[in-house]
Amino acid sequence: MKKHLLLGAEAVAAGALDAGISGVYAYPGTPSTEITEYIQKSPEAAGRGMHTTWSANEKTAFEAALGMSYAGKRALAAMKHVGLNVAADAFINSAITGVNGGVVLAVADDPSMHSSQNEQDSRFYGRFAMVPVIEPASQQELYEATIRAFDLSESLQLPVLLRLTTRLAHSRAGVTRATTRSENPLHAEYAPERFVLMPQNARRQYEGLLGKQKTLERLSGGSSPLNRMIPGTGPLGVLACGIAFNYAMEAKKTFDLDISVLKIGQYPLPRHLVEDLFARCETVLVTEEGYPIHEELLRGWFDDKNIRGRLDGALPRTGELSTGLLAEALGAKLPAPAQGSGIVVNRPPELCRGCGHRDLFEALNRVMEGFDNHHVFSDIGCYTLGALPPYHAIHTCVDMGAAITMAKGAADAGLRPAVCVIGDSTFTHSGMTGLLDAVNDRSPLTVIIADNDTTAMTGGQDSAATGSRLYDICRGLGVEESRIRTILPLKQHLEENMAVLRQEIAYDGLSVVLAQRECIETAARKKRRAGSKSANQ
Amino acid sequence: MQQNIIVSGVGGQGILSIAAVIDLAALHCGLTIHQTEVHGMSQRGGAVQSHLRISDAEIHSGLITEGTADIILSVEPLEALRYLHFLSPGGRIVTATETVVNMAGYPPFELIEAELLRTGSPVLVDAAALAREAGSTKTSNMVMLGATAPFLAIDQEHLESGIMELFGPKGEKIVAMNIDAFRKGLAFSQQSIQQTVL
Repeated sequence: MKKHLLLGAEAVAAGALDAGISGVYAYPGTPSTEITEYIQKSPEAAGRGMHTTWSANEKTAFEAALGMSYAGKRALAAMKHVGLNVAADAFINSAITGVNGGVVLAVADDPSMHSSQNEQDSRFYGRFAMVPVIEPASQQELYEATIRAFDLSESLQLPVLLRLTTRLAHSRAGVTRATTRSENPLHAEYAPERFVLMPQNARRQYEGLLGKQKTLERLSGGSSPLNRMIPGTGPLGVLACGIAFNYAMEAKKTFDLDISVLKIGQYPLPRHLVEDLFARCETVLVTEEGYPIHEELLRGWFDDKNIRGRLDGALPRTGELSTGLLAEALGAKLPAPAQGSGIVVNRPPELCRGCGHRDLFEALNRVMEGFDNHHVFSDIGCYTLGALPPYHAIHTCVDMGAAITMAKGAADAGLRPAVCVIGDSTFTHSGMTGLLDAVNDRSPLTVIIADNDTTAMTGGQDSAATGSRLYDICRGLGVEESRIRTILPLKQHLEENMAVLRQEIAYDGLSVVLAQRECIETAARKKRRAGSKSANQ
Repeated sequence: MQQNIIVSGVGGQGILSIAAVIDLAALHCGLTIHQTEVHGMSQRGGAVQSHLRISDAEIHSGLITEGTADIILSVEPLEALRYLHFLSPGGRIVTATETVVNMAGYPPFELIEAELLRTGSPVLVDAAALAREAGSTKTSNMVMLGATAPFLAIDQEHLESGIMELFGPKGEKIVAMNIDAFRKGLAFSQQSIQQTVL
């Protein structure tokens, strides 16, 4: 069998392709982006004419996936953990309507916050929606579990949440692929009693969802290959969720620990397997790559002292787990810590040399110097790096779209000037509605849209709207024509860009400044592609 | 057989290409591979590293445990030191000597060199110069892979076919240049090992 070297994210994509999906719906976000990119680049996607283009945000993505399922076909939705906050309304309610064609929501969490603003645990959302949650531990398992998740989704008529974390999403290992299943035929049935969530329908559907919970638990037990016991004879046991299983097994092998390990990769927790672990062991270490969700559950209000984990300090409360952390918590004798070097200094990320955002921040900083209040509200993207030296140009970055709305709220409070910077992709993701609020309230706001023609931070994906379309959107939302200005962020335009910014900040109403210059990385990539094309001709 | 390798450098230096070549080569040798990558924000000129584990048996954890790395392969000298606590007592550092200074407080090279020499017998490579000889400074990463090759559990032939496979889509010229860079690094390393023995 041919082995493919796949990232965990790619293994999910390969599994979805082989499970016979008809579309993937996603918004880019580290560490989930490669799921969709793998499908976009796959020969299968082109051959089958699948839907693979990026959605405007995670909510539109998940809703479209649900729509494809309504029409009988299988759909994969993919996003990062905080993206599920945006899609949560659709996701939670899709558990009430249920699905037709299989729907799998692949969510990539980012414990330790390598590229994120929090380390929220998506398994909570699975519990919240009361749907099966799958959390595989290896690339091969991710591939197989994705296929199985589509089966599970169709047999239960529920969406399935597939959770992966950074280390699994962004690490590569050999994966053997099975044969590809065919896609479902188009088959849409009228079922308003399920899909019209008016109270009388919703109540009945919700009862139905509650009624499925016993089945969900049963499916996590004996028949799931993702949950199993690796028995030992010692008094110590490990409940190893997701990727923590790898660290438990590595610790067991390296330090020759006689421990029982209960591998958990499917939720709700399988009751009889958990009871078996507690019957075997005096003390159980609960290891979860994320929040101590199940540790808290098992500990209970009366705080069972035989349960160890993140809540009693046996493991750190935050951040990723590792073999070393588990081994230490299990009482293994670790060798003396290796000596690091005292002279190493941090190397924070920075805006690329030649990036247009640099010229924008240079101009903005000079203009803002003239004000006592020089707060600049901003958002999520490459331009967030403007918060770091040498610019220190922005002062907030909270969630997608919050630049405009937070600036508006501050303006409502009386802050002058009220200035914000948001990227093209972030603006179309969640900024447009906030801009409409500002239009309606005639807020004295200067909205700078840093349009680099791409979703740059995640590697240059297509942005939902750029260039003149951004002008049209702002105009359509009601921003006055004369107050939509366009600048070209280049060094040689510094003086005139500063003049435009000064004029619009001085204006006592709503202005939009479109700072438009293509991302240098994207431009270089296009040039290389064009070059290699002509070389081949 | 099991080998733990940390590949490090600064975003944009081709760290992932080094890892990809080792991956492909190991795969062709029938070995098990586990390799972590860094994507997203840190890639923008920040510190980038990859944990690479190859073995003839099952590998559980993708992450290398502190104090157990056999090799640190770095394309930037300070980045080699960043992961020093991962190096096993008998482990070896192979690093390029050209610095990338894009932050405040970068220590003087003499200090870095002294720290590196403290680890026993590191291989310090003027990768930029060898890459220029091969035709492009962009091949520094393959020079470094070549310089590490004598310590890897994978033979030269498999590594070179890994390079051909990875760079193949970019055309013959690019492949030839990268193979040349790899061999220059390899020759340098072999020579420096001999000198140490003598």
